[in-house]
Order: sequence, then structure tokens, then C-alpha cells
Amino acid sequence: MKKFRFIILTVLVFGCGAGFAFADGATTESNAGAIDMVWTLIAAFLVFFMQAGFAMVETGFTRAKNAGNILMKNLMDFAVGAIAFFVIGYGVMFGASKLGLFGTDGFLLLGADAKTYSFWMFQVVFAATAATIVSGAMAERTKFKSYLVYSAFISAFIYPVVGHWIWGGGWLGAKGFLDFAGSTVVHSVGGWAALAGAIILGPRTGKYITINGKTEVKAIPGHNIPLAALGVFILWFGWYGFNAGSTTAGTNESIAVISLTTTLAAAAGAIAAMFFTWFRFGKPDPSMSLNGALAGLVGITAGCAYVSPLAALVIGLCAGVLVALSVEFIDKVLKIDDPVGAISVHGVCGTFGTLAVGLFATDGGLFTTGNAALLGIQALGVVTVFAWVFGTASLLFLGIRLVMGLRVSKEEELKGLDIEEHGIESYSGFQIFLNQ
Amino acid sequence: MKLIIAYVQPHKLNDVKVELYKNEIYKMSVTNALGCGQQKGFTEHYRGVAIEVNLLKKVRLEIAVNDAYVKPTVDAIIKGAQTGEIGDGKIFIMPLEECVRIRSKETGGSAIG
Repeated sequence: MKKFRFIILTVLVFGCGAGFAFADGATTESNAGAIDMVWTLIAAFLVFFMQAGFAMVETGFTRAKNAGNILMKNLMDFAVGAIAFFVIGYGVMFGASKLGLFGTDGFLLLGADAKTYSFWMFQVVFAATAATIVSGAMAERTKFKSYLVYSAFISAFIYPVVGHWIWGGGWLGAKGFLDFAGSTVVHSVGGWAALAGAIILGPRTGKYITINGKTEVKAIPGHNIPLAALGVFILWFGWYGFNAGSTTAGTNESIAVISLTTTLAAAAGAIAAMFFTWFRFGKPDPSMSLNGALAGLVGITAGCAYVSPLAALVIGLCAGVLVALSVEFIDKVLKIDDPVGAISVHGVCGTFGTLAVGLFATDGGLFTTGNAALLGIQALGVVTVFAWVFGTASLLFLGIRLVMGLRVSKEEELKGLDIEEHGIESYSGFQIFLNQ
Repeated sequence: MKLIIAYVQPHKLNDVKVELYKNEIYKMSVTNALGCGQQKGFTEHYRGVAIEVNLLKKVRLEIAVNDAYVKPTVDAIIKGAQTGEIGDGKIFIMPLEECVRIRSKETGGSAIG
């Protein structure tokens, strides 16, 4: 046994020696480049896994009879979106700028090198994140083929234009607008597109019932809280790639503090949402606490590299309360049916996170330096991005409604989209009340 | 006293409940059921392969009523569940010998109502 260990040790020592010999031609710069590329790609793979998180959250928060349909949407908005982003989106986002509004070359990644490929990989998973947020708000009543059309458009045009403004050399970035990992670029874009979709689509049958001119708000409980919780943990895990990976440089030491601020904000968001529901409804609500963790994550995404850990904690706490208030307001006052709370988590908390940079940034924040200039720029970005996304997404959904229809028939909605859209049950062999 | 058993399409259950409430019938038991009548069956696809599903999903309602309530109950079920297509379901009405409320040991008509 001892002899065996010795042999292994010898092999290891010689193996390492060979490795060093092989890397003889490497310079400090080439090693740094390699570290950066590996970090960017690992982060991209983590963010890709967030697709699984979104799929599980959305499946868990909706009814059993639509589970297969929502999984198909999550699968296809990545698949369709990735190709759309490859063909058109990346060029619009990072091509040579036209008036600071959109990019004009780099379509199909023509003439790109390895570094660009790794950067594309990191960007495509972001584009897909923005696209997949929408499926939750439009769950349980959207025509599948109409959703496919939407997926191509958001990844090819709506998202890349915003990305160009802020990250691709466009006018907002030039003004000094700060959005480190995408509270606005990714989450607000998804959230506001979700808002447009949910309004144009209308609520699920049985969500708002009008009796004698008085509208009652009904709860339609999700069918699997464990799946939703798994989804939130997967999202939280993937978020480390989302935020810390946004350095796109493993040699950048700020990845450590970014991971710290991300963790604190998520934890604070979950706690805040839990206590808020506890005080307001008498019991700590699991689904809202899960939303709270996501709210904290969305809230810290813009400022994760710009704020102190304590500020991150405050941002998370505020986002956790904000998401609970916003879900209630959108559901009970605006009467917009958002089954998973996507508009509140991504749209509202994304906006809050972007403004929070103007308040808490160690360099230029209102509370830290007393200077309101940055906050003004952040607000300008928030408003213009809302106008662009809500406007174009509304046109897109109205156009789809006109040409091919956006919503399934009432009977199909009642029977479930699994059977009617896909001809399959997600829980074959299980007893499920299909009337729910 | 009568026991009314109805098999209806799952997605019509909510409409049936609404109609029953309108006719002031609030007590019922509902279970999942499988069955087939004239409709025979339908086809599902799993990974591209067709599956013959012979037994269809239905829900079974059981409602015990006093005689005066038989007609309102049946009317409500028909109104809520009828689409005019094959597969709307069936209603069975049978005499009910006795009914006991466990909590109070009441029997007969007062236990039902």
C-alpha cells in the first residue's frame, strides 16, 4: 500500500513538472487572459443553470395541468433566443454604435476570436434570462406558438438595444449610468416586457370574479412549493455567476466582495419578505419568502460592485419588503394577473436596485457623498428603459394578438395547456384535480 | 331522501358548483374518477408515440338531499355541466335509507339539511 502511494506521488510530481515545462511559452499576460476566460465561461455556465431555476420556480408556482407547457416555454425561449442572439442580437448589442442607439455589425459573430466567443457565451445567457422572466407572468393562458414568436423578438431586438445603450457603448453608458450586472439591462427588461404581456393577455379565468359590480380577487395556488424552492436555490446559486461573473475577469479581485454583497442582499431580502408577510398575514409565507430572496438578488445586481456590504444589506431588506408590497398592489389594486410575481421581482426590484446605486454607491451615491448627479442619471436610465421596453413589447404582443392570437380558448385554459397544446400530461399516473 | 351521484367533466366542476350555490345547495363530496361512456377514449402522445387512453378523467359528485331539493340539484348540475357534446356525463338518483350526522347523532331529513 505504501509503495503504491509512493508511485502515485512520483507520477504527480513528474506530471506537474511536465506541466510547468509545457507552459514555458506562457507569459503573465497570457495566463491572466486564460484565467479571465475560464472565469467568464464558468460564470456563463452558472448563469445558464438559472434557466433551470426559472423553470422550476414557474412550474412550482402554477397549476399541475400546465407544468409541461411552462417547461416547454423555458426550454424554447433559451433555444430560440440563443439563435436569435447569435444571428442578430449580439451585433445589435455590441456592434459599432449608430448614434449610441444600436450596434450595426458583428452579426453571426463574423470574424470573432476566442475572447469574443467567451464574451458572447456570457452575454447569451443574460439575454436568455431577460427572455425567460416573461413566461412566468404570462403563464397558464398563452398560446405556445405565439410565445415562440415573442422569444425570438426579445432576444433579437428589445433586449440588445437596451444592452447597447448601457453596456455596448451606447448613450446611457456614456452618460455614466451604472448597472454592473443588469438590474436594469436584464431584470427590468424582462419585468417590463412581462408587464406588457400580462396586461395585454388579461388575467387567468377565475382570478378576478365580478359579482354585482364588485370584483373579488381569488388566489390560484401553485401546485408544488418544493419545486419552486429548488428553483429559487438554483437561481441564487446561478446568481454568483451572474454578479461576480460580470467582471468577465477572474484576475479582478472584486469578485470576492461582489459575492459577499450578493449573498447579504439575498439573505436580507428573504428575511424581510418573511417578516413582512408574518406581520401582515399572521404567518411566514413560504412562496413570498422565496420571492423575497429573489428580490434581494435582483436589487443588488446593479450595485453589487459599487456598494459596501452594509449598504447591500439595506438594499436587500428594502427589496424584500418592496416585492411583497408590489405583489399585493399589482394583484389587488391594478388587477394584473402575474402568477409567479415576475413583474414585482424583476421589474420593480430591478428598478429599485438601479436607483439604489445612485443612493448607496461608495463613489457618487447620494447617501455616501451627498451628490445627486448619479441618482439623476440612474433615474433617467430607468425611465427611458421602461418606455422602450414597455412600448416595444406592447406593440409586439398586440401585433401577435392581431396576427395569430395570443391567448388560448377558455375551454383549453380550463382543461390545461399540457393536454391541449402539447397532447401530454406532466403527471401521468398521479391523481390531480384537473378542475383546478 | 335521495342520493344524487353525478359524473361530470373535470373542467366543468367549477360551473356546476356555481349553479349549485345559486340553488342554495352547499353540501357535496367530490372525488376524482376514471370512466368511459359513449366517448370511449382519447389519444395522448408521449415522445411522439401515441397512447390510447381508454378511461377518461371525470369528477364524481355525491349530494344527499331531501326530496324537495332533488329537482333544483339536478337542474343545477345539468346547467353547469352541459356543453351538448358527448362526454358531458351522467346523473344517478337513488333512494337513501338513512342519514346520520356523527357530531349530534341527528338522523333523517334534519341531518341532511
